Amino acid sequence: MDIATPRVVSSSTQQIDSFLDREYEAGFVTDIESVSLPKGLSEDTIRQLSAIKKEPEFMLEWRLAAYRHWLTMSLPEWAMVSFPAVDFQDIVYYSAPKSKKDGPKSLDEVDPELLRTYEKLGVPLHERARLAGVAVDAVFDSVSVATTFRKQLAEAGVIFCSFSEAVREYPELVQKYLGTVVPPGDNFYAALNSAVFSDGSFVFIPKGVKCPMELSTYFRINAQDTGQFERTLIIAEEGASVSYLEGCTAPMRDENQLHAAVVELVALDDAKIKYSTVQNWYPGDKDGKGGIYNFVTKRGDCRGPRSRISWTQVETGSAITWKYPSVILRGDDSIGEFYSVALSNHRQQADTGTKMIHMGRNTSSTIISKGISAGHGSNTFRGLVRMTPKAQDARNYTQCDSLLIGKTCAAHTFPTIEAQNPSAHVEHEATTSRIGEDQLFYAMQRGLSAEDAVSMIVNGFCKEVFKELPMEFAVEAQNLLGVSLEGSVG
Amino acid sequence: MLEIKDLYAGVEGKSILNGLSLTVKPGEVHAIMGPNGSGKSTLSQVLAGRESFNVESGSVTWYGEDLLSMSVEDRARSGLFLAFQYPIEIPGVSNAYFLKAAVNAVRRHQGLPELDAMDFLKRVKDEMKAVGMKQEFLYRSVNEGFSGGEKKRNEVLQMSLLEPRLAILDETDSGLDIDALKVVADGVNRLRSPDRALIVITHYQRLLDYIVPDQVHVLSKGKIIRSGTSELALELEERGYGWLAQADQAPATAKGGAA
Repeated sequence: MDIATPRVVSSSTQQIDSFLDREYEAGFVTDIESVSLPKGLSEDTIRQLSAIKKEPEFMLEWRLAAYRHWLTMSLPEWAMVSFPAVDFQDIVYYSAPKSKKDGPKSLDEVDPELLRTYEKLGVPLHERARLAGVAVDAVFDSVSVATTFRKQLAEAGVIFCSFSEAVREYPELVQKYLGTVVPPGDNFYAALNSAVFSDGSFVFIPKGVKCPMELSTYFRINAQDTGQFERTLIIAEEGASVSYLEGCTAPMRDENQLHAAVVELVALDDAKIKYSTVQNWYPGDKDGKGGIYNFVTKRGDCRGPRSRISWTQVETGSAITWKYPSVILRGDDSIGEFYSVALSNHRQQADTGTKMIHMGRNTSSTIISKGISAGHGSNTFRGLVRMTPKAQDARNYTQCDSLLIGKTCAAHTFPTIEAQNPSAHVEHEATTSRIGEDQLFYAMQRGLSAEDAVSMIVNGFCKEVFKELPMEFAVEAQNLLGVSLEGSVG
Repeated sequence: MLEIKDLYAGVEGKSILNGLSLTVKPGEVHAIMGPNGSGKSTLSQVLAGRESFNVESGSVTWYGEDLLSMSVEDRARSGLFLAFQYPIEIPGVSNAYFLKAAVNAVRRHQGLPELDAMDFLKRVKDEMKAVGMKQEFLYRSVNEGFSGGEKKRNEVLQMSLLEPRLAILDETDSGLDIDALKVVADGVNRLRSPDRALIVITHYQRLLDYIVPDQVHVLSKGKIIRSGTSELALELEERGYGWLAQADQAPATAKGGAA
């Protein structure tokens, strides 16, 4: 019998539809007064921004240089995404909740309305309320509103604070590492970010220290027409290790909003950085109206020998996702890993993947990518594995799987392998499969409901990535995937 | 328990079942035989509720209820089990997880407490031993990379765990060597009980050497043209289907035209 006929739309499919038709739960707007710069971008905007943030001179000069470089650049057009031109003069580059321009000193100073916002999002900032110690930095529009567990972290010598604070309090560290992994002129969005970044998180783990708790940043875009340009810099000195997680949400708005972040990771000798992302920016409605444009540059530098950087990402949100968390394997025997689940439903477009640049001897990297496309979603994996001439005995393993739900979605895979050293060992596996009516029927004939059957099949598909996430976030990721698949079968 | 009355059904606008009637009582084993294209698999798919098959007319009563208006999972939970001719693979989902989810879905429906991991494992390991499956199959993905025989054993394992009231075996013998056939038949025979019925759909008589039916029905062009005891199966083995089909050609065509 032909199970691929388009008329397999009926009762169980409708059940799946209604189960999947759940709302974007983080779509509310917080009614809070904010202070914003007027729309538009110029050197003046940057000077004002820098002044508001009381930045040292070097920071302003760095921003201006990036801005001048950005003016000479043009939008990248190689990605498999399409969207109307972004008017960069129609964006607010700085917006902050009114009362706390400088960032509060303690949670008691945080506007209760903001605390409620994060509680509603399932990110309670009260340290008492946190379960097993996860320290959180909460970034609301352009500023960090709270960072928890600072005292305990400081005792261990760990610095975890907002980026603005780091610029003021630890300028020498910032100056030493900022832009050394992602140079200001790296690409269009990285240059824009370097010019106008407003806040983000800064993490410094000194030599030999194992960070005593998970660190986490929660990004929230609230204000209208506002772009979020955050900057994250994580440095793990010799022998240090840290696990860091970021989460993201935004209200439902009909206009597209821009999120152009830069994340830089530096791992010195024997250091380990594990960076996990659960990205749930507002994806737009069923017809593709609204949603976040998520144009992000993330890169890790395994600078020292035997260092290790691991990216794990679960990308369920955003109208458009454009990001390629990468690792430069500079140190000998260093390890780079990339585990990704990217889901695109309705009109979502995801063009994501990774780059593994092998420079040191005996370096190894692993890429596991799981793309799920549903509705009219389009999912592209783009990967580069480069073995430079000095990368003796470097190894890579890449596995790239696509799952299609329904008949109107698309999946693309663009792997690139450049081996300039004959001792390189590169493996690549790729599969594409479809959740078939036959799989659903089989599971349901055994008594499972349609919703359990779909979520079982999807979770089975993503298992290799979910097991890389910290426990509690793995659960959150599974739930998110259920919500994000709304209306995807039919 | 099951009463099929004058059932007309098809797929993709093509009529396949043309006025099929069959009554199954608890404890009975019915064999349905027939040449390719006679509607054997369509019958099993329609009974299990596959969406792509349309029922045109007729009725199916299941314990006094209208089976055709029930959802796929409700049919399953109320004790109707279909052993697939081609069991489906589900990558990344362990057999153990799948089996436990299925067993507990059925138990919930029956108002029984769910089995916890320990109880379930004990149960499943006993049943696996009985059908000659190694424990490693618990931790492999559902049917993925299983041989034909392993897939069929996995179907029988699911059947014995779910303890259905009516099990439909859709060409479970196809693609099995004689040893695997015996194991599968043993598994099925262990399930025979006074309150459980079986419908064994098969193309060949040989399975019926091991699972001896109470009644044998010959399906041709979508309706039962002859019913008898297990003797009938032996006769078919000897003479083929041709003589029966020819004998009944005229009325079958007339019915087909009406549908």
